[in-house]
Amino acid sequence: MKFQFNTSFKEKIASHIFLVSALASILFVALICVFLFANGVPAILKIGIPDFLFGKEWAPTDEPAVYGIFPMILGSIYVTLGALAIGASVGLLSAIFLARFCSDRMHKLLKPAVELLAGIPSVIYGFFGLVVIVPFVRQNFGGSGASILTASILLGIMILPTIISVSEAALRAVPNSYYEGSLALGATHERSVFFTVLPAATSGIVAGFILGFGRAIGETMAVILVAGNQARMPNGILGGIRTLTANIVLEMGYAADLHREALIATGVVLFTFILIINLMFSILKKRVIQ
Amino acid sequence: MISYYKRSPLSLVLRILVTLAIAITVFALGFLVIYILVKGIPFLKPSLFSLTYTSENVSFLPSILNTVIIILGSILIAGPLGICAAIYTVEYASRGNKIVGIVRLTTETLSGIPSIIYGLFGMLFFVTALHLGYSLVSGILTISIMILPLVMRTTEEALRSVPDSYREGSYGLGAGKLRTVLAVILPAAIPGILAGVILAVGRVVGETAALIYTAGTVADFPKGIFSSGRTLSVHMYELSREGLHTGEAYATSVILIVVVLLINWASNKFSKKLGKNS
Repeated sequence: MKFQFNTSFKEKIASHIFLVSALASILFVALICVFLFANGVPAILKIGIPDFLFGKEWAPTDEPAVYGIFPMILGSIYVTLGALAIGASVGLLSAIFLARFCSDRMHKLLKPAVELLAGIPSVIYGFFGLVVIVPFVRQNFGGSGASILTASILLGIMILPTIISVSEAALRAVPNSYYEGSLALGATHERSVFFTVLPAATSGIVAGFILGFGRAIGETMAVILVAGNQARMPNGILGGIRTLTANIVLEMGYAADLHREALIATGVVLFTFILIINLMFSILKKRVIQ
Repeated sequence: MISYYKRSPLSLVLRILVTLAIAITVFALGFLVIYILVKGIPFLKPSLFSLTYTSENVSFLPSILNTVIIILGSILIAGPLGICAAIYTVEYASRGNKIVGIVRLTTETLSGIPSIIYGLFGMLFFVTALHLGYSLVSGILTISIMILPLVMRTTEEALRSVPDSYREGSYGLGAGKLRTVLAVILPAAIPGILAGVILAVGRVVGETAALIYTAGTVADFPKGIFSSGRTLSVHMYELSREGLHTGEAYATSVILIVVVLLINWASNKFSKKLGKNS
């Protein structure tokens, strides 16, 4: 009898430990939200929402200091769109190759390569961009080399693995009967893949693009090393730019008072972007499953 | 073959496009890895491994030690937590459980948050609110939250890949739920869990943005886990930002790339083992 009590007691304790561990992620998300918003929102209100979000000048050391993050918002969006233009096209076509154009043997070689691309640390990408892509852009397109274009190319490479793996999964989820039906109607292999399989996988592929967008907008260390970091309105694709993420890392080291709070508020804006992107992603993913 | 493409020239164009795309992808990877290795290996001098750090030799031995401490600490926290959480969602929760829905949503949110936001949160919470200061502990705690969703997701996948017959067999022999989970299911899922943990180690090794304002950037050996210290990636960032020690930056990136290659290889090996089991 005593033994039985012990086991059921143990079972109960264990199941509670497991439950509490599972609840930890809820706690962490709540903590992150509370601390970010509680520390950042007061600064936004103090500066004024329109002045902060749409102010075209960022001059925290001026007298009086000006805190407008519109240049950084634009910078983040431009660089991310540029990255998506490169990463999405090359990534999607690569995914099509992996899903429908290569033998199993080749797939076994290429898939780990794509995974490796995802495993390389962002600071290594940044360094590579600094010593290879920046001089390349400087010599071939002019300007200082640290520019929107450079950052877009580098981020485009960095989001490739995300886009490839999500798109490939979406393509593979399309029933083979679509492809076979198209072949039977006389279409070539390529036409069948591009005009029947690909449209059927659209929502999954778009989900991959959104995820890639989120990765690119949140990327920090690589962008800092290649984007130039000038806190001014973007002037052309060969001009330098500062992103929201770079703004935080560059100035947090010496910022104090309202300046520091304004940087945290920059994080709040970025976090809000990310939450919206995540929400879109999970809605799309749900639609794919249905 | 030629007549095939004559019938539909568009098909040829499409085939060329996809081949070109995969070639670009492979080229980008190959160029990056080979470029760093070729340019960096000559810079791997013994002075980089010297036991005392000076701003002249920029020894990265302290950063390697810091990286190892942060890896061990964060795996020690996120490992058990993530595995227990996955055991709950896969083995304990009933189907359509509302808590599991919320847990899944929050884990997905966590895995979508960029590392700079973790860094910001770690600075506000661990460094400032909990008064831990710029220290290895702050870094470890911040990173633990960051890698939790990765450990949890891979463990969930590993647990799900254990066939139901294992569970039925164990119950049939009279084992309780806890014993079934610990003695039968977990051992069968270990290769998959290990693959996930190794991937998490890879994330920690490469992490920079979440550590700069939590673990700090002190380049010397730490005096304990409450003192600040930079990891290898942070060291690498500082070197390339300053632009004074490009050779050393190349050497550091060689070490990082080799570690990442090893980690990927090991993780793949373990996940293959899991595939064979089930």
